[in-house]
Amino acid sequence: MEFSRRETLAMGLGAAMVTVLPFRANAAADDRIAAFTGGADIAEGGVTLTAPEIAENGNTVPVSVAAEGASAILVLATGNPEPGVATFNFGPGAAQQSASTRIRLAGTQDVVAVAKLADGSFAKASATVKVTIGGCGG
Amino acid sequence: MASGVKPRVKVPKSAAAGEAVTIKTLISHKMESGQRKDKEGNLIPRSIINRFTCEFNGETVVDVAMEPAISTNPYFEFEAVVPEAGEFVFTWYDDDGSVYDTKKNIAIG
Amino acid sequence: MNKQAITAIAAVLALPMAAAAGPDDDTLVVNEDIEMVTKTAAPAHVSDVLDEVMSGWHFRKDETQALQMDDFENPAMIFVDQAIDTWNTAEGSEGKSCASCHDDVEASMAGVRAVYPKWNETAGEVRTLNMQINDCRENQMGAEKWKYSGGKMAAMEALISVQSRGMPVNVAIDGPAQPAWEQGKEMYYTRTGQLELSCANCHEDNYGNMIRADHLSQGHINGFPVYRLKNTKLNTAHARFKGCIRDTRAETYKPGSAEFVALELYVASRGNGLSVEAPSVRN
Repeated sequence: MEFSRRETLAMGLGAAMVTVLPFRANAAADDRIAAFTGGADIAEGGVTLTAPEIAENGNTVPVSVAAEGASAILVLATGNPEPGVATFNFGPGAAQQSASTRIRLAGTQDVVAVAKLADGSFAKASATVKVTIGGCGG
Repeated sequence: MASGVKPRVKVPKSAAAGEAVTIKTLISHKMESGQRKDKEGNLIPRSIINRFTCEFNGETVVDVAMEPAISTNPYFEFEAVVPEAGEFVFTWYDDDGSVYDTKKNIAIG
Repeated sequence: MNKQAITAIAAVLALPMAAAAGPDDDTLVVNEDIEMVTKTAAPAHVSDVLDEVMSGWHFRKDETQALQMDDFENPAMIFVDQAIDTWNTAEGSEGKSCASCHDDVEASMAGVRAVYPKWNETAGEVRTLNMQINDCRENQMGAEKWKYSGGKMAAMEALISVQSRGMPVNVAIDGPAQPAWEQGKEMYYTRTGQLELSCANCHEDNYGNMIRADHLSQGHINGFPVYRLKNTKLNTAHARFKGCIRDTRAETYKPGSAEFVALELYVASRGNGLSVEAPSVRN
């Protein structure tokens, strides 16, 4: 096949299949966790974090957290320029210590949830979310 | 006061005494993260809703400290227990000092 | 650009995506109440190139699809709420609101969106919903026209479209509207821009394939105005046309221009039979 320069350019653009943004991580997330736990040990399990494996768009990613009996759950986006997402504090009116929201993720990264449980101990869960670049116009 | 800010809440009209109900809330707000730049390359300052609370008959259901990674038009879904008839009060606190709120009653039945 | 190059591009675009390709088989029922027709036999005038027309809803991920299934979850509905306020607010020299003439939006606007764009006999032109809204504002209310693809217009378009939700799109392509329809059809199939792409290259030849990480749809506009996750606001069809053409690296037209009106009529007609889904949620 003979291709003009224009055609080759177009094919190259089509073939630029780096669709998944590279993994990002941020040390500030660890600082936030330390501040939340006061340096205490953190167990795995006791908190669930639900997030999509691949986000349709990094602007609006639905996530849910739940931790039975927790007084608070901290959510961090470890690869964002600023890792803080939200801290859910549950009061006596909460039927369950769970919440859902929609967050912004700057790129593929781990989302982390740390819960402060009823007995004062801490639990952690994380989920890797792939954030993609869209089609025309990104 | 940020302009065009409108809250919406979804609360069932009634519940059995002691039942858990699902509450959904949405508020239209840009949630300017402080990371974006304008055409001249200057950082657009952060301007977000930084806190959301839900109370039932004066008791806290949930109190969320919000940071810029919460999406535009913040959405929350959570479960509240309804021991008796009463009023849910939802409040959003804006960086610029504005406070938005809305209330919804729920009956027992 | 010749056919073999396009085949090569299509092959490259199609290659790695075997796992993700193709629209899904889910059904869209909104508020557990409105059953949407999201797949149907192609209308006669496109049946030579498509067997079935499918809503863009089918090409999105489950989480995004879920957002449209409930009016509360659908972030676009906040703008519909805002438009309800606007509907009832008097504006302009005549001191009228939309409600002053049209009364209740649910009754007066039922079925309206489904047949737009359409020929307006008095005006002697094909009108889009947005043009008609501005005409009312200017001539009936004595109010300033809204920016064609601006927030207020998109919100009002969404409010009016909600009153046709679930009804089949049914725009007329014959009679006095035909010349505009033909013009729109020609635009649809004309390659433009540095990338020399026409609407058909992606939306007719390659729907179901991935363009980078985006799942290409058939490009119907039954869901417009659409809440895009990408910019977290309502987008009008003309704004999207403008963006698409800009993305082929061409000089693009203006929202509200005669070219886009013609294109909107043609593109709407390709989806005749699909339910009005507006305001929809897409990437």
